[in-house]
Amino acid sequence: MKLKPPSPSEVGDRLRESEVWKSIFRPGSIFRKGYKDTSRDRALATMNNVLYHLHPVKVKRHGLKLTYTFCLGGLSFFLFILLTITGIFLMFFYRPMADLGGSQAYTDMQNIRTLVFFGDFIRNLHRWGAHLMVITVTLHMARVFYTGAYKPPREFNWVVGVILLFLTLGLSFTGYLLPWDQLSRWAVAIAEGIAGYSPLIAKQAQFLLLGGVVVGPDTLLRWYVLHVLALPFVLVLFLAVHFWRIRKDGGISGPL
Amino acid sequence: MAREDTPLDQEVFDRVLKEQLEAGTDKRVAEGRARSAAVRAYKTAHPEEEAAPAAAASGGNGEAQAPAAAAAGAAPAAAAAPAQGQAAMVAAAPASAPTRTAPLPTGNIPSPKKGAPDKHRLLALVPPEGIQRVEREQGDRVNVWPHLLIEEFVAMFVLSVGLVVFSTFVNAPLRELANANLTPNPSKAPWYFLGLQELLRYFHPLVAGISIPTFILVGLAAVPYVDRNPSNRPGDRKIAITLFTMMFMFGAVLTIIGSFFRGPGFNWTWPWAQGVFFEL
Repeated sequence: MKLKPPSPSEVGDRLRESEVWKSIFRPGSIFRKGYKDTSRDRALATMNNVLYHLHPVKVKRHGLKLTYTFCLGGLSFFLFILLTITGIFLMFFYRPMADLGGSQAYTDMQNIRTLVFFGDFIRNLHRWGAHLMVITVTLHMARVFYTGAYKPPREFNWVVGVILLFLTLGLSFTGYLLPWDQLSRWAVAIAEGIAGYSPLIAKQAQFLLLGGVVVGPDTLLRWYVLHVLALPFVLVLFLAVHFWRIRKDGGISGPL
Repeated sequence: MAREDTPLDQEVFDRVLKEQLEAGTDKRVAEGRARSAAVRAYKTAHPEEEAAPAAAASGGNGEAQAPAAAAAGAAPAAAAAPAQGQAAMVAAAPASAPTRTAPLPTGNIPSPKKGAPDKHRLLALVPPEGIQRVEREQGDRVNVWPHLLIEEFVAMFVLSVGLVVFSTFVNAPLRELANANLTPNPSKAPWYFLGLQELLRYFHPLVAGISIPTFILVGLAAVPYVDRNPSNRPGDRKIAITLFTMMFMFGAVLTIIGSFFRGPGFNWTWPWAQGVFFEL
C-alpha cells in the first residue's frame, strides 16, 4: 500500500473541521467550513462577529451611497483606533517630564525622531492622523446636518456627537503640548490666556488646567494624563452611546 | 382550546396524509401537514364558526387557563385571533373575565413521568399582548455583509494608504525646546483654534475666547431642539441649510485668515508676498 501525503486542500479541510477551529469561528464566519453565500449566512456573518455586530444585519440601500455619508463617521472611528495604536507605541518612548533647564519630554521627542525604529514615521502618522480626525469629525457633523439626520428620533445622538467633537478637539489640543517645543508651549499659552478671562472662575480654571499659574512641568504632566487616559476614556464612553443610539434610533437616516 | 378538539375535515386529512406518506415524508411531519390542511379545509367550509367566541372551548385545557385569563383585556380581539390561524398558539378568554389573574402558586412542582426522555418539546402558550410587535418598514435593505463592510474596508484602506504615504514624506514639526522667556513671533494656536484667535483681534477675550465658543457649542447642541421642521429634504430646509452654511463658511474663512493671512505680531500678511506663517 502506498501512503500518499494529504494535499494542502485536504489539510485545510481537516483543519476547518477540527473542534478547535469550530470553537473559534462561530457559525456564519466566512472562515468556517460550509459557509454558503446565502441570506442566512450573510446575516450570521454580521451577527456572530464581535466587531461587525455593531452593525445591523441589513441597512437601507441608500445608505451605501458614498455621497450620502462619505464614510466620515466610520473614518473618524477608524482614525481614533489608529491614533490609539500609534499613541500606545509613542508612550513606550516618551516621558512627560519637564524642568527649567533641560527637558526629558523634549529629549524623548528627539529620540523618537532619530533613534527609535520607525519612531519618526509613527509620530507622523499620529500627528497627521490627529489633524485629519479633527477634519473628519467636523465634516461628519456637517454631513449629518445637511442630511437632516439630527431630526427626531435622533436629537440626542446629535448632542452626543457635539460632545464627541468637543472631546476630539480636547484630545488634539492636549496632545499638542506634549512635544514641549516652542510651538506647543506657546500655542497652549494662548489658550491659557483666554481661560484667564473666564468669568468668576478665571484663576481657578487657569490653575486647574495648568497645575500652577504658568505653563510648566505640572501642566505637561496634567495634559499628558488627560491626553492618554482621561479624555480617551470619556470619549469611548460617549462613542459607545453614539453607536448604540444609531441602532436604537433606526439606523442610518434618510433617504432624502 | 386543546389540539384534539379543533374541528377538522376528516376526508381532507386522510387524503393529504396518504399523499404525503406516498411522497416519502416522515410520518409525524405528514400527520402535521394533513392536520393543518384539514383544519383549513374545515374552516373554509364553515365560515360562520369563525366569528363565534371561543368561550366554550376555554375550559378544555388546564394549562391554558392562566394565559387565557390574561387575554381578557382585549377579549374581542383575542377571540378573533384564533380565527386568523393562531388557534394552536393562542387560547382566547371568555369575554366576561374581568381582570388579569395568575393562578396562585400551588407548591406542586410537576415531576417528569417515568421513562420520559431527557429532552422534550414544549409548546408555549403566549397571550397576544405578550408578544412585542415591532412595526418597522422594511424598505429597500441590503445585507451589511458583504455590501457595507466591503465599502467600509475600502474607505479604511484608501485613508490608510493616503496617511502612510503622507507620513512617509512629510515630517511633523518639532521646533526648539520650549522656552518660557522667548515668545515666538507670531505665536499661534493649533489650526482649529485660529478662527477664535482671529476673533481675538476684534473682540475682548471674554467675548472672543469665552462667550463665542460657548455659544457655538451650546448652539450646536441645541440645533435639533430649535429646528422642529420634520422634513429632511433639502428643498424644505432652505433657511436651516442657509444658516448652517453661512456659519460654517464664516468659521472656515476666519480659520483660513488666521492660518495664512496673519504673520508677525498677528498682523495682516499676504501669503504670496510675505510668506506663510503656519505650522501644523
